Amino acid sequence: MMIKLHPGHVRPWLLVALTLFMIGAMYAMSASAQDEEPVLDTGDTAWMLTATALVLFMTIPGLSLFYGGLVSRRNVLSVLMQCFTITALMTLLWTIYGYSFAFDTTGMSAVDGFAFAERGIHGYVGGLKYLFLKGVDKDSLTGTIPESVFVTFQMTFAIITPALIAGAFAERMKFSAVLIFSALWFTFVYAPVCHMVWSGDGALFWDLGILDFAGGTVVHINAGTAALVACIMVGKRKGYPERPMPPHNLTMTVTGAGMLWVGWFGFNAGSAVAADQSAGMAMLVTQIATAAATLAWTGAEWIKHGKPSVLGAVTGAVAGLVAITPASGTVGPMGAIAIGTASGFICFFAATTMKRALGYDDALDAFGVHGVGGFVGAMLTGVFASKGLGGFEIENSEIVGKLGMQFFGCAATFVYCGIVSFIILKLIDVVIGLRVPEQVEIEGLDVNEHEEAGYIW
Amino acid sequence: MRKIEAIIKPFKLEEVKEALSSIGVQGLTVTEVKGFGRQKGHKELYRGAEYVVEFLPKVKLEIVVSDDRQTEVVDAIVKAASTGRIGDGKVFVSAIEDAVRIRTGESGDVAIS
Repeated sequence: MMIKLHPGHVRPWLLVALTLFMIGAMYAMSASAQDEEPVLDTGDTAWMLTATALVLFMTIPGLSLFYGGLVSRRNVLSVLMQCFTITALMTLLWTIYGYSFAFDTTGMSAVDGFAFAERGIHGYVGGLKYLFLKGVDKDSLTGTIPESVFVTFQMTFAIITPALIAGAFAERMKFSAVLIFSALWFTFVYAPVCHMVWSGDGALFWDLGILDFAGGTVVHINAGTAALVACIMVGKRKGYPERPMPPHNLTMTVTGAGMLWVGWFGFNAGSAVAADQSAGMAMLVTQIATAAATLAWTGAEWIKHGKPSVLGAVTGAVAGLVAITPASGTVGPMGAIAIGTASGFICFFAATTMKRALGYDDALDAFGVHGVGGFVGAMLTGVFASKGLGGFEIENSEIVGKLGMQFFGCAATFVYCGIVSFIILKLIDVVIGLRVPEQVEIEGLDVNEHEEAGYIW
Repeated sequence: MRKIEAIIKPFKLEEVKEALSSIGVQGLTVTEVKGFGRQKGHKELYRGAEYVVEFLPKVKLEIVVSDDRQTEVVDAIVKAASTGRIGDGKVFVSAIEDAVRIRTGESGDVAIS
């Protein structure tokens, strides 16, 4: 139907059109204001896929070879077997409930201060929202990466942590006990601590501003503490410390150490969960701290014992890697030098003089390097995260306060992990026993627990 | 027949083998062993744990020859394996009752010639 237009008709229509346009524009703008939903970033995703692979590589075969070379020839397979099966077991447990316990943030919102009771159970452990990874589908996102990638990335951390503990009770713990311990420890210690540190607003350590970028507390202090408790409860190896128990294959150990160093870029730079400047700086400071620690341990040994050893060099490197872990998101290059150097010297002392003086048989120095190194790193993070000291996170005036919080984080983890690890180990000891019989220990775990030999002539 | 066993320093193996070859000794068996006599061990250090390792790596040669060759073989070994320092090793000679070549079943001196 044709409408004859004349000025009297047009002005009202223009007004209507303008009004409709305004309404439409406002809707679109408000829709985009609501539309802050993150979008998948292929750069971030590509990096995180890679970082995940790097961190898994740290366990199989990085840590496996590092530890494998350090034990006696007759026990090499037991170490490899423990690392490999722990990888498989933690994968499944993480899938079934671990991710949920760690990263379910239902009912959580930021709470000031300690507020232990106020924040409820979810300040300490997640719920069952993601049981069997329910709700995690192909399109789910965590920030700018697929949630599937985030789940797998975090899984690799849950894998390496119990594997680290195996260094403390190597060469004398029953394989079945190792598996049960790892499963229970993962459930009652790793997942809650991971939740408390990393799940976000409402989590205890997160709300307190405790800085742990890549797992100095979640992985290293946690594993180190459990290692100390375990090696004391399982007891010393027969003949320790009088009988020499040198590494049976240092070439294997050094190979593993190189894999750990390279893989750690995934561990630290990957904890940026993005391919960005944070990841870049994390990579740089990781490299610097590790190098400084290598030289510090080598130097300390050269001075104290007259000769530098390759075992010292690689152990120093690991000490540096451990210490820079919590700091890798907030410190700069100069802080990295300080942290690496400090860790190299302090862990050297802890794994040699202190260990011998206190008498426990931490066979592969899981506490001496990961526990002590983790503590050194956590504390120095509080110092070198300050802008005045080359960091990026806090003002100089906040250092003392931050140190207090960092210490609380270390102490709380040490106490919680220590107590729960003790309970788990005691339970296992009572039901099936922790340690292999003496004859098995003498003949070796490989031939007895696994009916295999690492080297056939 | 005589069995000649010699414990020597590992780095001397090639020289001893050449010396035996040049006097016509056809075969020998070599084992890597550890041991000590008067030679002191050495220190090893692993993460602050220092050990004195008394056992030193050595090489053991075993050769079986006919009685008449005993002196010449022992002399060849001693000359080639000697450095003049403690730890050079020892040679032992014992009597062998019989020897058999597995391929042919021959026994006696003919099996070791």
